[in-house]
Amino acid sequence: MKKNAEDLALRLKADFPNIISDPIEFRGEYTCELLDPARLYEVAKYLRDKLDFDFLKDSTCIDEPDQEKRFTLVYELYSYQHRVQMRLKTRIFAKKPQISSLSDLWESANWQEREIYDLMGIQFENHPDLRRILMWDGYQYHPLRKDFPLEGKATQCGNIFTEVAPLEGGPFVTLPGNTDTGKREPRSRSTDSKF
Amino acid sequence: MNLTKFLGYDGKTEGNVVITTMEALINWCRKYSLWPMPMGLACCAIELMGTGASRYDIARFGAEVMRFSPRQSDVMIVAGTVTYKQAQVVKRIYEQMPEPKWVIAMGACACSGGMFRSYSVLQGVDKIIPVNLYLAGCPVRPEALLDGLMQLQHDVMQEPVLRKQFRK
Repeated sequence: MKKNAEDLALRLKADFPNIISDPIEFRGEYTCELLDPARLYEVAKYLRDKLDFDFLKDSTCIDEPDQEKRFTLVYELYSYQHRVQMRLKTRIFAKKPQISSLSDLWESANWQEREIYDLMGIQFENHPDLRRILMWDGYQYHPLRKDFPLEGKATQCGNIFTEVAPLEGGPFVTLPGNTDTGKREPRSRSTDSKF
Repeated sequence: MNLTKFLGYDGKTEGNVVITTMEALINWCRKYSLWPMPMGLACCAIELMGTGASRYDIARFGAEVMRFSPRQSDVMIVAGTVTYKQAQVVKRIYEQMPEPKWVIAMGACACSGGMFRSYSVLQGVDKIIPVNLYLAGCPVRPEALLDGLMQLQHDVMQEPVLRKQFRK
Protein backbone atom coordinates (compact mmCIF):
# COMPACT_ATOMS: atom_id res chain seq x y z
CA MET A 1 0.00 0.00 0.00
CA LYS A 2 1.26 3.42 -0.93
CA LYS A 3 2.03 5.95 1.74
CA ASN A 4 2.31 9.66 1.34
CA ALA A 5 5.37 11.71 2.10
CA GLU A 6 3.97 13.29 5.24
CA ASP A 7 3.24 9.92 6.86
CA LEU A 8 6.74 8.70 6.12
CA ALA A 9 8.35 11.88 7.45
CA LEU A 10 6.30 11.72 10.64
CA ARG A 11 7.16 8.06 11.07
CA LEU A 12 10.84 8.89 10.77
CA LYS A 13 10.39 11.60 13.40
CA ALA A 14 8.50 9.20 15.67
CA ASP A 15 11.17 6.52 15.48
CA PHE A 16 14.10 8.90 16.00
CA PRO A 17 12.54 11.63 18.16
CA ASN A 18 15.78 12.98 19.61
CA ILE A 19 17.93 13.25 16.52
CA ILE A 20 15.42 14.13 13.79
CA SER A 21 13.96 17.63 13.63
CA ASP A 22 10.32 18.32 12.83
CA PRO A 23 9.73 17.73 9.12
CA ILE A 24 9.46 20.92 7.07
CA GLU A 25 7.04 20.87 4.16
CA PHE A 26 7.56 23.03 1.10
CA ARG A 27 5.42 22.52 -1.99
CA GLY A 28 4.77 18.90 -1.16
CA GLU A 29 8.40 18.07 -0.44
CA TYR A 30 9.50 17.08 3.06
CA THR A 31 12.84 17.94 4.60
CA CYS A 32 14.13 16.36 7.80
CA GLU A 33 17.28 17.48 9.54
CA LEU A 34 19.46 14.94 11.27
CA LEU A 35 20.92 16.54 14.40
CA ASP A 36 23.57 13.92 15.06
CA PRO A 37 25.65 13.25 11.92
CA ALA A 38 27.38 10.31 13.60
CA ARG A 39 24.14 8.35 13.30
CA LEU A 40 23.63 9.08 9.61
CA TYR A 41 24.27 5.54 8.50
CA GLU A 42 21.75 4.14 10.98
CA VAL A 43 19.03 6.59 9.89
CA ALA A 44 19.78 6.05 6.20
CA LYS A 45 19.54 2.29 6.61
CA TYR A 46 16.22 2.75 8.39
CA LEU A 47 14.96 4.97 5.56
CA ARG A 48 15.95 2.40 2.99
CA ASP A 49 14.77 -0.78 4.73
CA LYS A 50 11.76 0.33 6.76
CA LEU A 51 10.44 3.32 4.81
CA ASP A 52 11.28 1.91 1.36
CA PHE A 53 13.38 4.78 0.06
CA ASP A 54 15.08 2.63 -2.52
CA PHE A 55 16.77 5.33 -4.58
CA LEU A 56 19.27 8.05 -3.65
CA LYS A 57 18.59 10.60 -6.37
CA ASP A 58 21.28 13.03 -5.43
CA SER A 59 23.54 13.98 -2.62
CA THR A 60 25.24 17.32 -2.36
CA CYS A 61 26.97 19.64 0.05
CA ILE A 62 26.53 23.28 1.10
CA ASP A 63 29.41 25.38 2.41
CA GLU A 64 28.74 28.22 4.87
CA PRO A 65 32.20 29.36 6.03
CA ASP A 66 30.91 31.69 8.77
CA GLN A 67 29.04 28.91 10.56
CA GLU A 68 30.61 26.70 13.19
CA LYS A 69 28.93 23.70 11.59
CA ARG A 70 30.23 24.74 8.23
CA PHE A 71 29.14 21.97 5.86
CA THR A 72 25.61 20.79 5.27
CA LEU A 73 25.17 17.46 3.53
CA VAL A 74 21.91 17.05 1.67
CA TYR A 75 20.53 13.68 0.58
CA GLU A 76 17.64 13.58 -1.89
CA LEU A 77 15.83 10.30 -1.49
CA TYR A 78 13.07 8.81 -3.59
CA SER A 79 10.84 5.84 -3.06
CA TYR A 80 9.70 4.07 -6.19
CA GLN A 81 7.30 2.04 -4.11
CA HIS A 82 5.42 5.00 -2.64
CA ARG A 83 6.31 7.53 -5.35
CA VAL A 84 7.42 10.09 -2.78
CA GLN A 85 10.47 12.19 -2.21
CA MET A 86 12.32 13.01 1.01
CA ARG A 87 15.21 15.30 1.76
CA LEU A 88 17.60 14.55 4.60
CA LYS A 89 20.03 17.19 5.80
CA THR A 90 22.80 17.06 8.33
CA ARG A 91 25.37 19.63 9.39
CA ILE A 92 28.99 18.82 10.21
CA PHE A 93 31.82 20.79 11.78
CA ALA A 94 34.47 22.54 9.74
CA LYS A 95 37.29 21.18 11.91
CA LYS A 96 36.61 17.57 11.08
CA PRO A 97 34.66 17.32 7.81
CA GLN A 98 33.98 13.62 8.04
CA ILE A 99 30.86 11.50 7.69
CA SER A 100 30.02 7.89 7.04
CA SER A 101 29.64 6.77 3.47
CA LEU A 102 26.27 5.51 2.25
CA SER A 103 27.68 3.78 -0.80
CA ASP A 104 26.88 0.30 0.44
CA LEU A 105 23.23 1.29 0.96
CA TRP A 106 22.75 2.98 -2.41
CA GLU A 107 25.11 2.34 -5.31
CA SER A 108 24.57 5.87 -6.62
CA ALA A 109 26.20 7.31 -3.51
CA ASN A 110 29.60 6.07 -4.66
CA TRP A 111 30.29 8.65 -7.35
CA GLN A 112 28.24 11.39 -5.66
CA GLU A 113 30.40 11.10 -2.57
CA ARG A 114 33.53 11.13 -4.71
CA GLU A 115 32.34 14.39 -6.22
CA ILE A 116 31.67 15.92 -2.80
CA TYR A 117 35.08 14.78 -1.64
CA ASP A 118 36.70 16.23 -4.75
CA LEU A 119 35.06 19.64 -4.69
CA MET A 120 34.33 20.17 -0.98
CA GLY A 121 36.89 18.02 0.79
CA ILE A 122 34.52 15.97 2.92
CA GLN A 123 36.03 12.67 4.02
CA PHE A 124 33.67 9.71 3.72
CA GLU A 125 34.40 6.86 6.09
CA ASN A 126 34.28 3.35 4.67
CA HIS A 127 33.99 4.57 1.10
CA PRO A 128 35.29 1.79 -1.21
CA ASP A 129 37.11 4.10 -3.64
CA LEU A 130 37.48 7.65 -2.38
CA ARG A 131 39.38 9.27 -5.27
CA ARG A 132 38.89 12.57 -7.06
CA ILE A 133 36.38 12.36 -9.89
CA LEU A 134 36.42 15.73 -11.68
CA MET A 135 39.79 17.21 -10.82
CA TRP A 136 42.86 15.07 -11.32
CA ASP A 137 44.75 13.01 -8.76
CA GLY A 138 47.36 15.18 -7.10
CA TYR A 139 45.40 18.43 -7.23
CA GLN A 140 45.65 19.77 -3.70
CA TYR A 141 42.61 22.06 -3.35
CA HIS A 142 38.87 21.63 -3.06
CA PRO A 143 37.65 24.28 -5.48
CA LEU A 144 33.95 24.52 -4.59
CA ARG A 145 34.67 25.71 -1.06
CA LYS A 146 33.71 29.34 -0.55
CA ASP A 147 37.21 30.35 0.51
CA PHE A 148 38.70 29.06 -2.74
CA PRO A 149 39.12 31.98 -5.19
CA LEU A 150 37.05 31.89 -8.37
CA GLU A 151 40.12 32.57 -10.51
CA GLY A 152 41.86 29.51 -9.10
CA LYS A 153 45.39 29.01 -7.83
CA ALA A 154 48.58 28.26 -9.68
CA THR A 155 49.57 24.62 -9.32
CA GLN A 156 51.84 22.10 -10.95
CA CYS A 157 51.26 18.37 -10.74
CA GLY A 158 53.26 16.27 -13.16
CA ASN A 159 52.37 17.53 -16.62
CA ILE A 160 49.18 19.20 -15.48
CA PHE A 161 49.47 22.85 -14.59
CA THR A 162 46.93 25.47 -13.62
CA GLU A 163 47.25 29.25 -13.68
CA VAL A 164 45.36 32.06 -12.06
CA ALA A 165 42.68 33.18 -14.51
CA PRO A 166 42.61 36.91 -15.32
CA LEU A 167 39.31 38.23 -14.02
CA GLU A 168 39.75 41.74 -15.54
CA GLY A 169 37.51 43.41 -13.00
CA GLY A 170 35.00 40.57 -12.85
CA PRO A 171 33.22 38.44 -11.82
CA PHE A 172 30.64 39.60 -14.30
CA VAL A 173 27.11 39.36 -13.00
CA THR A 174 24.06 40.58 -14.84
CA LEU A 175 21.43 42.69 -13.10
CA PRO A 176 18.10 41.14 -13.97
CA GLY A 177 15.27 43.54 -14.70
CA ASN A 178 17.41 46.52 -15.64
CA THR A 179 16.34 47.70 -19.08
CA ASP A 180 19.61 49.47 -19.85
CA THR A 181 22.01 46.92 -21.34
CA GLY A 182 25.05 48.94 -20.29
CA LYS A 183 23.95 48.89 -16.67
CA ARG A 184 22.67 45.33 -16.81
CA GLU A 185 25.88 43.89 -18.18
CA PRO A 186 28.73 46.23 -17.26
CA ARG A 187 32.22 45.66 -18.62
CA SER A 188 33.55 45.43 -15.10
CA ARG A 189 32.34 45.88 -11.58
CA SER A 190 34.11 46.10 -8.26
CA THR A 191 33.74 42.98 -6.19
CA ASP A 192 32.30 44.78 -3.14
CA SER A 193 29.33 46.35 -4.95
CA LYS A 194 25.99 44.86 -4.07
CA PHE A 195 23.64 43.81 -6.81
CA MET B 1 58.85 24.31 -82.28
CA ASN B 2 56.64 24.80 -79.24
CA LEU B 3 57.50 23.58 -75.77
CA THR B 4 55.09 20.64 -75.55
CA LYS B 5 56.37 19.19 -78.78
CA PHE B 6 59.89 19.68 -77.59
CA LEU B 7 59.10 17.63 -74.46
CA GLY B 8 57.65 14.83 -76.60
CA TYR B 9 54.16 15.58 -75.41
CA ASP B 10 51.18 15.20 -77.75
CA GLY B 11 48.56 17.78 -76.68
CA LYS B 12 45.91 16.32 -78.99
CA THR B 13 45.67 13.01 -77.21
CA GLU B 14 46.89 13.80 -73.71
CA GLY B 15 45.15 17.11 -72.89
CA ASN B 16 46.62 20.38 -71.74
CA VAL B 17 49.65 20.87 -69.60
CA VAL B 18 50.37 23.32 -66.80
CA ILE B 19 53.87 24.33 -65.92
CA THR B 20 54.49 25.40 -62.34
CA THR B 21 57.03 25.19 -59.58
CA MET B 22 57.40 22.10 -57.44
CA GLU B 23 56.73 24.11 -54.31
CA ALA B 24 53.44 25.48 -55.62
CA LEU B 25 52.39 21.97 -56.62
CA ILE B 26 53.15 20.52 -53.18
CA ASN B 27 51.36 23.37 -51.44
CA TRP B 28 48.41 23.02 -53.82
CA CYS B 29 48.12 19.33 -52.93
CA ARG B 30 48.28 20.09 -49.23
CA LYS B 31 45.86 22.96 -49.49
CA TYR B 32 43.03 20.83 -50.88
CA SER B 33 43.49 17.86 -48.58
CA LEU B 34 43.64 19.41 -45.13
CA TRP B 35 42.29 16.49 -43.14
CA PRO B 36 41.00 17.79 -39.81
CA MET B 37 41.52 16.26 -36.42
CA PRO B 38 38.20 17.15 -34.80
CA MET B 39 38.99 18.10 -31.22
CA GLY B 40 35.37 18.67 -30.29
CA LEU B 41 35.22 19.62 -26.63
CA ALA B 42 32.08 21.73 -26.24
CA CYS B 43 29.30 23.45 -28.18
CA CYS B 44 31.61 24.64 -31.00
CA ALA B 45 31.84 20.97 -31.94
CA ILE B 46 28.15 21.07 -32.88
CA GLU B 47 28.94 23.83 -35.37
CA LEU B 48 31.89 21.79 -36.57
CA MET B 49 29.52 18.89 -37.25
CA GLY B 50 27.17 21.29 -39.02
CA THR B 51 30.06 22.44 -41.19
CA GLY B 52 30.68 18.85 -42.12
CA ALA B 53 27.05 18.18 -43.00
CA SER B 54 25.39 18.76 -46.34
CA ARG B 55 24.20 22.35 -45.91
CA TYR B 56 27.68 23.83 -45.46
CA ASP B 57 29.64 20.86 -46.77
CA ILE B 58 33.28 21.23 -45.82
CA ALA B 59 34.03 18.69 -48.57
CA ARG B 60 33.95 21.57 -51.05
CA PHE B 61 37.29 22.61 -49.59
CA GLY B 62 38.81 19.15 -49.42
CA ALA B 63 38.62 18.95 -45.62
CA GLU B 64 35.80 16.48 -45.18
CA VAL B 65 37.93 13.56 -44.03
CA MET B 66 37.59 13.94 -40.27
CA ARG B 67 39.98 11.31 -39.02
CA PHE B 68 39.72 10.33 -35.39
CA SER B 69 43.34 9.34 -35.51
CA PRO B 70 45.99 12.02 -35.12
CA ARG B 71 48.34 10.04 -37.35
CA GLN B 72 46.21 10.70 -40.41
CA SER B 73 45.40 14.34 -39.69
CA ASP B 74 46.83 17.63 -40.89
CA VAL B 75 44.89 20.32 -39.08
CA MET B 76 43.61 20.14 -35.53
CA ILE B 77 40.40 22.07 -35.03
CA VAL B 78 40.15 22.78 -31.31
CA ALA B 79 36.42 23.34 -30.99
CA GLY B 80 35.40 24.16 -27.46
CA THR B 81 36.46 24.78 -23.89
CA VAL B 82 39.81 23.27 -22.97
CA THR B 83 39.96 22.37 -19.30
CA TYR B 84 43.27 21.87 -17.57
CA LYS B 85 42.52 18.18 -17.29
CA GLN B 86 41.83 17.94 -21.02
CA ALA B 87 44.77 20.17 -21.95
CA GLN B 88 47.29 17.33 -21.59
CA VAL B 89 45.22 15.16 -23.92
CA VAL B 90 45.03 17.94 -26.52
CA LYS B 91 48.78 18.47 -26.34
CA ARG B 92 49.53 14.78 -26.61
CA ILE B 93 47.26 14.34 -29.64
CA TYR B 94 48.88 17.37 -31.27
CA GLU B 95 52.30 15.82 -30.72
CA GLN B 96 51.13 12.58 -32.33
CA MET B 97 50.12 14.35 -35.54
CA PRO B 98 52.73 14.09 -38.30
CA GLU B 99 54.26 17.18 -39.90
CA PRO B 100 53.13 19.33 -41.60
CA LYS B 101 50.41 20.27 -39.15
CA TRP B 102 48.29 23.26 -38.39
CA VAL B 103 45.96 24.28 -35.55
CA ILE B 104 42.72 26.22 -35.71
CA ALA B 105 41.49 27.60 -32.37
CA MET B 106 37.76 27.62 -32.96
CA GLY B 107 35.70 29.97 -30.83
CA ALA B 108 36.19 32.20 -27.83
CA CYS B 109 36.99 29.38 -25.38
CA ALA B 110 39.77 27.83 -27.43
CA CYS B 111 41.23 31.28 -28.21
CA SER B 112 41.25 32.76 -24.72
CA GLY B 113 39.21 30.72 -22.28
CA GLY B 114 36.15 32.67 -23.32
CA MET B 115 33.68 33.40 -20.59
CA PHE B 116 35.21 30.76 -18.35
CA ARG B 117 37.51 32.85 -16.16
CA SER B 118 37.69 29.91 -13.87
CA TYR B 119 39.95 27.66 -11.85
CA SER B 120 39.41 24.73 -14.20
CA VAL B 121 39.71 26.21 -17.69
CA LEU B 122 42.87 26.75 -19.70
CA GLN B 123 42.98 30.41 -20.73
CA GLY B 124 43.60 29.82 -24.42
CA VAL B 125 44.88 26.72 -26.19
CA ASP B 126 47.93 28.70 -27.40
CA LYS B 127 49.38 28.24 -23.91
CA ILE B 128 50.15 24.61 -24.77
CA ILE B 129 50.32 24.30 -28.59
CA PRO B 130 51.09 26.75 -31.42
CA VAL B 131 47.96 28.12 -33.08
CA ASN B 132 47.81 29.15 -36.75
CA LEU B 133 44.35 30.66 -36.82
CA TYR B 134 42.02 32.11 -34.23
CA LEU B 135 38.30 32.15 -35.00
CA ALA B 136 36.02 34.53 -33.13
CA GLY B 137 32.51 33.49 -32.20
CA CYS B 138 30.53 31.85 -29.44
CA PRO B 139 30.00 29.46 -31.05
CA VAL B 140 31.63 29.99 -34.43
CA ARG B 141 29.17 29.93 -37.31
CA PRO B 142 29.89 27.35 -40.02
CA GLU B 143 30.44 30.19 -42.51
CA ALA B 144 33.13 31.60 -40.25
CA LEU B 145 34.82 28.22 -39.96
CA LEU B 146 34.81 27.84 -43.74
CA ASP B 147 36.20 31.36 -44.08
CA GLY B 148 38.91 30.43 -41.60
CA LEU B 149 39.67 27.26 -43.51
CA MET B 150 40.05 29.26 -46.73
CA GLN B 151 42.36 31.64 -44.88
CA LEU B 152 44.40 28.66 -43.73
CA GLN B 153 44.53 27.37 -47.31
CA HIS B 154 45.86 30.76 -48.32
CA ASP B 155 48.52 30.51 -45.62
CA VAL B 156 49.45 26.98 -46.70
CA MET B 157 50.12 28.26 -50.22
CA GLN B 158 52.66 30.74 -48.82
CA GLU B 159 54.74 28.09 -47.06
CA PRO B 160 58.31 27.78 -48.37
CA VAL B 161 58.34 23.97 -48.17
CA LEU B 162 61.27 23.31 -50.49
CA ARG B 163 63.16 26.46 -49.69
CA LYS B 164 62.91 25.44 -46.04
CA GLN B 165 64.65 22.15 -46.84
CA PHE B 166 67.44 23.63 -48.91
CA ARG B 167 68.07 26.50 -46.51
CA LYS B 168 70.25 24.25 -44.37
